[in-house]
Amino acid sequence: MKFRSHTLDNGLEIVAECNETAHSVGLGFFVRTGARDETDSVAGVSHFLEHMVFKGTPRRSADDVNREFDELGAHYNAFTSEENTVYYASVLPEYQEGILDILADIMRPSLREEDFDMEKKVILEEIQMYADQPPFGMDDKIKELHYGRHPLARSVLGTEFTVGEMAVDQMRGYFETRYAADNMFVAAAGKVDFDALIKQVESRCGSWKPALTLRELPPYESQNGFHCVPRPTSTQQYILQLADAPAAEDDRRFAAKLLATMFGDDSGSRLYWELVDPGLVESASLGHYEYQGAGMYFSWLSCSPEEAAENFDRMSNLQDIAQAQGFTDQELHQAKSKVKARVVLSSERPRNRLFNVGGNWLQRREYRSVADDLKAVDAVTLDEVWNVLNEFPLTRRTTVTIGPLESWPE
Amino acid sequence: MTATREKKLPNTIFTHRLTNGMTLVGEPNDSVQSAAITLLVPCGYSADPAERLGLASVMCDMVLRGAGSRDSRALINDLEVLGVERGESVGASQTSFSAASLAENLSDMLTIYADIVRRPHLPADQLDAGKLVCLQEINSIDDEPSQRLMIELRRRTYPEPWGRSSHGSEAGITAVTSTEVEEHLSRYYRPNSAILGVAGNFDWQQLLGQIEALFGDWQVNDVPMILEEQLDLGDAHVEFDSNQCHIGIAYPSVPYRDPDYMRAWAAVGVLSGGMSSRLFTEVRERRGLCYTVSASLQTQLDRARVLCYAGTSEDRAQETLDVTYAELLRLREGVLPAELSRLKARIKSGLIMQQESTSSRSGSIAREWYHLGRVRTLDELGQLVDELTGPMINEYLEAHPPRDFTFATLGPSPLELPREVS
Repeated sequence: MKFRSHTLDNGLEIVAECNETAHSVGLGFFVRTGARDETDSVAGVSHFLEHMVFKGTPRRSADDVNREFDELGAHYNAFTSEENTVYYASVLPEYQEGILDILADIMRPSLREEDFDMEKKVILEEIQMYADQPPFGMDDKIKELHYGRHPLARSVLGTEFTVGEMAVDQMRGYFETRYAADNMFVAAAGKVDFDALIKQVESRCGSWKPALTLRELPPYESQNGFHCVPRPTSTQQYILQLADAPAAEDDRRFAAKLLATMFGDDSGSRLYWELVDPGLVESASLGHYEYQGAGMYFSWLSCSPEEAAENFDRMSNLQDIAQAQGFTDQELHQAKSKVKARVVLSSERPRNRLFNVGGNWLQRREYRSVADDLKAVDAVTLDEVWNVLNEFPLTRRTTVTIGPLESWPE
Repeated sequence: MTATREKKLPNTIFTHRLTNGMTLVGEPNDSVQSAAITLLVPCGYSADPAERLGLASVMCDMVLRGAGSRDSRALINDLEVLGVERGESVGASQTSFSAASLAENLSDMLTIYADIVRRPHLPADQLDAGKLVCLQEINSIDDEPSQRLMIELRRRTYPEPWGRSSHGSEAGITAVTSTEVEEHLSRYYRPNSAILGVAGNFDWQQLLGQIEALFGDWQVNDVPMILEEQLDLGDAHVEFDSNQCHIGIAYPSVPYRDPDYMRAWAAVGVLSGGMSSRLFTEVRERRGLCYTVSASLQTQLDRARVLCYAGTSEDRAQETLDVTYAELLRLREGVLPAELSRLKARIKSGLIMQQESTSSRSGSIAREWYHLGRVRTLDELGQLVDELTGPMINEYLEAHPPRDFTFATLGPSPLELPREVS
């Protein structure tokens, strides 16, 4: 494994973890843009744009794009989050240049109006689809309640209204600044020919312009509260919770991840033994998610509406106990074994390493090897977990519940 | 497939049959740090008594509640300390236990899994908990319209008991007793027809010795044949209060062990594999009718179906159904050379990338053995893909055109179903 990096004159960076023994190459364009960079009038544009990127360029029609990806046998996709838009593909090493050629080309899409109108229908269907599925839009709602007007509260999908009203020129304007050479980078992992990659990127992306794009990072003041949203047609009751946690640039994030594993992993955790193993709930979990300047603990519980209040009390009680007593050596040992094995198992696929290399570069502009991550996990002490509990209490949270309950039982 | 040979894929697959009928299939690969197992126990939902639907699912939960020298908590905790990533699922004919960890933990992991399938405690005082876990899963599906639709489609397209929901029914699970769990387990958790697939960094001879020691004295048990029957299917539409309408279409295909399987699979790949495939192009890209549309070939041992799904808002549902159905009919006209060559490229890179996950390899080799009674290397599979030609697929499609369709819809109102043209 060898880390290599290079920066073009226009500011476009290339980072790669080269592994001679890998069977494939993972390659991606990581764009530092997402829902948090939008304004009210273009809510959902990052995600909509992600779809439009596949709709053709001056050199390729939409059909060409899909066809050529498939001709290379590529396994490819894209996703948009609150702060990134990522386009990626895995191919056999001999197709490195071919796949880069397509990916680089579609990063400069035509954004034709007729394609825009057609794809808008697909996005509206996607919005409808999520509205029918648990948690029925409450993942957006809870961010709004917790972060108020802070950009992190913005919905990735947008709404039927904002997407419906959006005009193609608004998207073009957004694209100009956000997809500038210095606001994105190329990442690669696996059997990468890095010297060739520099030349391949230079010849296709060297003329892109930088824009000195900035992301606004206003401080936030999170709110706490409890909200019950009735949805008579659901069968189960869903409870979501959001609490502040260490952010992406905070070294305490490793302790937070282990804390979340001990408290709320989907197997062997405190929530598991208290709620899942006895069959009281369909699922109960706690995860740690990191963003620039903010981190979150996200809890999830689903069970029958009749049992919801009692299960909620059980979960709250576990949070109180954790806050008062912390965790044990045995729990920490178990969580570390589990997390380290996951790191190693997932590292065997270049595609997973691509997300790891790209994610670290997005968040911190740093490279971390598998060994670095294993070391960081190993180094966490119970004292550090204790400090994280004190700094970021699980009990200071926003709660939203949705389901058949008309109102929350007192 | 020369490309794979150049990449020095591990192309040795070992197999060994224990005298009690259990088969061990192993693919060692010393270029990885992990090892993974897939243990297929011949106890599927098809063997659930009709009034106990969900029994296999309850058992799958119960066997993890303590086994051998470990109680429920010790079992889960020890697996976690070994860093085991695990998963269990109940299929038509088997319960599948999969587990992966660092290679040095393989031996300990196998010891625990031998206990799980051979010496589970099945604690009576935890039966209610186990049943509740299974009931929770059923309830959660009520809120997942696309899953509900696919369960309904499978129920309609397969003869009973092959199209049952793997989760069982509320009534069936509620009725399960401790004695039934014990009896069903002693009958169906058995070595004859059990298959263990192992992939990753391990030594075959050493593994062989351990497996003989762990499973060699597992007692054979014979079970009654499963009888098929055709149930009354009822209405094709399930009324559901949702924004979107969910559409399912199924038609018969050939199972994995059929010599024509590769052709059938390729034909479905042209329909729905990659973004240049027909369904994605015609339904989503050209018409913007939906976000999700797909088709896949689902195979059991003796029967297979192609299952198609599309989800879209109510006012466009009829058009979505019509366009999707038209594509299925158009497949009868055959596939184009360019479509086939794209498909081959995708399959071949998929085969090579499969090698990058020991979990997926252990599952693949165990299932190959189940279907074929032998296991092909990735090299051999690559060659079969190379040999596929357009005329071969078109010949197959001529002999087996998509027909005998089954429909299911779920949403606010029913759709007009096509009347079959043959």
